[in-house]
Amino acid sequence: MKILVPIKRVPDPATTIRVMPDGSGIATDNVKWVINPFCEIAIEEALRIKEKQTGEVVLVTIGQSTWQEQLRTGLAMGADRAILVKTDAALDSLAIARILAKIAGDEKPELIILGKQAIDDDSNQVGQMLAEMLGWPQATFASKVEIAADKTSVTREIDGGLETIAFKLPGVITTDLRLNEPRYASLPGIMKARKKELKEVAADSLGIDLAPKLKIKTLAAPPKRQAGRKVASVQELVAVLHTEAKVI
Amino acid sequence: MGNVLIFAEHQGGHFPKTTLTAIHAGLDLAKKRGASAIAVVTGDAPESAAAEIAKYGVAKVIALAHPALKNYLADAHAQALAALARKESAEFVIATATAMGKDLFPRLAARLGAPMASEITSINDDHTFVRPMYAGNAMATVELDGPIKVLTVRGTAFDAAKPGDSAAPVEKQSAEIDAGALKMEFVSFNATKSDRPQLTEARIIVSGGRGLKSGENFKTVLEPLVDEMGAAMGASRAAVDAGFVPNDLQVGQTGKVVAPELYIAVGISGAIQHLAGMKDSKVICAINKDEEAPIFAVADYGLVADLFKAVPEMAEEIKKLKHS
Repeated sequence: MKILVPIKRVPDPATTIRVMPDGSGIATDNVKWVINPFCEIAIEEALRIKEKQTGEVVLVTIGQSTWQEQLRTGLAMGADRAILVKTDAALDSLAIARILAKIAGDEKPELIILGKQAIDDDSNQVGQMLAEMLGWPQATFASKVEIAADKTSVTREIDGGLETIAFKLPGVITTDLRLNEPRYASLPGIMKARKKELKEVAADSLGIDLAPKLKIKTLAAPPKRQAGRKVASVQELVAVLHTEAKVI
Repeated sequence: MGNVLIFAEHQGGHFPKTTLTAIHAGLDLAKKRGASAIAVVTGDAPESAAAEIAKYGVAKVIALAHPALKNYLADAHAQALAALARKESAEFVIATATAMGKDLFPRLAARLGAPMASEITSINDDHTFVRPMYAGNAMATVELDGPIKVLTVRGTAFDAAKPGDSAAPVEKQSAEIDAGALKMEFVSFNATKSDRPQLTEARIIVSGGRGLKSGENFKTVLEPLVDEMGAAMGASRAAVDAGFVPNDLQVGQTGKVVAPELYIAVGISGAIQHLAGMKDSKVICAINKDEEAPIFAVADYGLVADLFKAVPEMAEEIKKLKHS
């Protein structure tokens, strides 16, 4: 089975994010860039499906030349080849989904797996938009995926419990935290990754309207919450919650 | 001026607080735009639920009916709502960012070719919106272009709409759905059985982290305090990752965002992604044995203590307080 895995480069989740004083963006000096954690889970899931039933895992990302690093990491984990759609422009989710729909049209995967959310924009949109553009079923927030020829079933983590839905491939799945534990790239994997195909395509050459309809005008730091005080005992804690904060 | 169409999510005819916050935000937006707010309730027979939500201040409620809308599935719902949004001349379509809102609205936006802002926390007078990015470490002011715009709101950022004395008219419509294009099938829903309040509705939340050390300790150590306080139980991502508790208890950037009157963090260090989900709580209280834990930087009241001793003691103190 051919599986397409779109991934995104984001600041390491442990990085302290600081907004630039002029509100134009975040300070990126000293930021370590990594594969978005949910995208790593997507790569892992694709690799597990491929290992069970053979096939090909194709990574795709949309960004600058430096984003090659994250594609190489994914190739080192075991993906077969990668596509970098090159652009310097700030794209919105609709444009990203349109590019991915175009790539999917060319590559014709049976399954697309991607992270439910990128931890920079926190939008949680692209997988669902892509599914609609392709006219495919979607299973977001997946915690369990069972692929079968006639029917794929996906367990989803939703409010109040677990939902199971089913569909016939092709389809789009977005990953939640507990789907799997992503592997690390092995040393032989890293060596092999250097020789794997990494194709570059210019975003402008795809004939897609990329003008953003959602524009970020400015960024601001959130209001700071002040630290309160330490209490000495459980008795004091319960007392202040009762008499001072009046919440119990 | 186009209308504001509010998707009123219901759970078997009951409207959770998260839906009432979408109504409130939709009413606020309609007022700022000089537009009408229309609520839509979906289902195979949504009339009685629609009548219920008619009391909350909207100009009209549409009971959008179709057999394919019985169990929620994204493809059927996106088709039905996109057709309705066009028919009702909606300029904005809005819902709360619940699991359903997050699943449905991007698909709906793509169907409408409309831009979408996720989890907005405020509506500005100049028709821009504020939304958190980077786990709430940056607040972005965003502008959306186009005849139709799609929004989800963060449930904790808006008040719940309140019922009034009068009820808006309810209009029943048959949803426009091309059944041949539907490819998803509902199989089952396994509800987490719990007598406790839901995380997004609770007045008090007690959350546990990696410090609890095991799922068993959540049951034997944390749960007695949770129940003594009549609280909802939450967890940090670390506790979910470690398999102590199910993911639907997760509070944080990639879990649920909550803002109760009182949030008690037990054995939670306070990673950025956890703080993103609870830092707007009215009062935060932290119990942790590490006095350097970042959670203390946002806590109103901090107790440096061994949780295995402090938590049972606190349950006792609460019990005493209740009987005094």
